[in-house]
Amino acid sequence: MNQFKRMAYPYVAWIAVMILAPMLMIVMYAFIEKGNDVTTFRFTISNFTKFFSDKVYIDVLYRSLYVAILTTIICLLIGYPTAYIISRAKPKHRTWLVLMITFPTWINMLVRTYAWLGILQDNGIVNTILGLFGIGTVKIIYTNFAVILGMVYNFVPFMILQIYSSLEKMDKSYIEAASDLGANKYQCFWRITFPMSLPGVISGITLVFLPAVSSFFIPKLLGGGQYVLIGNVIETQFLTAGNWSFGSAISLIMAIIIMISLYITRKLDTDPAAAKGGA
Amino acid sequence: MKEKKKIGSKIFMALMMIFFYAPIVYIIIFSLNSSRSLTHFDGFSLRWYEKMFSDRTMMQSIVYTIVIAVLATIISTIVGTITSIGLSKSKPILKKTVEQINNLPIMNPEIVTAIGLLMFFSALGAKKGFVTLLLAHIMFCIPYVMLSVMPKLRSLDANLADAAMDLGATPFQALTKVIVPQIMPGIVSGALIAFTMSFDDFVISYFVTGNGVSNISILVYTMSKRVNPSINALSTLVIFIITVALIIVNVIPIIKQKKEKRTR
Repeated sequence: MNQFKRMAYPYVAWIAVMILAPMLMIVMYAFIEKGNDVTTFRFTISNFTKFFSDKVYIDVLYRSLYVAILTTIICLLIGYPTAYIISRAKPKHRTWLVLMITFPTWINMLVRTYAWLGILQDNGIVNTILGLFGIGTVKIIYTNFAVILGMVYNFVPFMILQIYSSLEKMDKSYIEAASDLGANKYQCFWRITFPMSLPGVISGITLVFLPAVSSFFIPKLLGGGQYVLIGNVIETQFLTAGNWSFGSAISLIMAIIIMISLYITRKLDTDPAAAKGGA
Repeated sequence: MKEKKKIGSKIFMALMMIFFYAPIVYIIIFSLNSSRSLTHFDGFSLRWYEKMFSDRTMMQSIVYTIVIAVLATIISTIVGTITSIGLSKSKPILKKTVEQINNLPIMNPEIVTAIGLLMFFSALGAKKGFVTLLLAHIMFCIPYVMLSVMPKLRSLDANLADAAMDLGATPFQALTKVIVPQIMPGIVSGALIAFTMSFDDFVISYFVTGNGVSNISILVYTMSKRVNPSINALSTLVIFIITVALIIVNVIPIIKQKKEKRTR
């Protein structure tokens, strides 16, 4: 039995090198001056002050948060009803519906985002249909709307599947008990079903917000070259500007923002009002 | 009243399905378009497929994608399974620590993992290309394999390997003949997740590759700046490969079950 223990050791060495070392490098580079490398380490916080003192970067941060929060809210608003309807369908239909929601997520995200590029063009399908109703060409591609649409399209399945799995696990007898005791449909939903599905909602929010705030190819493809989110700034710093220190500092700022928002959403989960329903 | 509600939810679901599948159908239809237009269908033709198959960089990226995905899947499945078995016999502290570190690439935004690897590889002086790409893919695939193998090991009787060895099996036989067959479903689903993660990856690949080595995602990203209907053909091919893979994975167990029933 003890000889099996050793089987884990190579991987322990691997993660030290391949996971921990790169993470440490980000933290180190964030605190050294540009042009230096690890061997000529000179501590500085100038990378952070540069970010927070420049209006351009603050605007990018605001826009990233705005887009990510709006994407998350829209995913919740259309994802919850979808999950709810699936959980109420006949068991046989349920498997098929879940499969149909899951299937697109298996297809390359870039390919699916690229598809919207053609659909949303000024002379694309959407504008052609709008034209039939007598509405003139609406500028869709390379706007906020296109970027948010692309994000909702890519990330809403995560929301649906999370909420669905918590709705499916729910004991239906609670609802029967509640309606026996005189609760109407509205009360049943808001007092029982919704609080009990909150864990799914929380992990759905996490799974949407996280990729939305850090995405860089959706804004690039659907927002156009001028449209910059925080992910694009990081990309530029590393692949064109060559300022690793500043890029590392920005990723660290982004990671901290994500950690704070995860902490807040977790807090919501342990809210007394939610705990009451989950008991 | 109830009928009305049902119709309402049916319409809503139909709209959701249109939303999900319109882009996919759009890509497939326009890959068969005879003109360059991405907005008007001017007649059926296979010219974009011909163009794709004669385009060297496109074919190369397809080959790279498949080779990397297959290698990364095989290596990460083997390493992930071996490590999971080892950890199941190790001290809880080690197990917890490894699980926590494994969570880093899963929970971190991909771009953070990507830039970490980029800096790490250049600090080592490694040339960006096939090897760095493969190493990166193995790195982010293993945690997913372990995530699907570990629960299967937890539900396994802890004395199983000992029992086999008491009955005369060597440790290696105890592993391959007793433990591995028991956790096979976890290994298979782990391998499947690893394959699709590697096959679809863009962000990490984009940062760690170089020297002309690119996968399908990178190619779509760099080519999409200009109108190029060959991308539609390539995308359709990707959709086709994934669909076939999913059908095989889902249908084979059903056929197996039927065969087993017959032999019984």
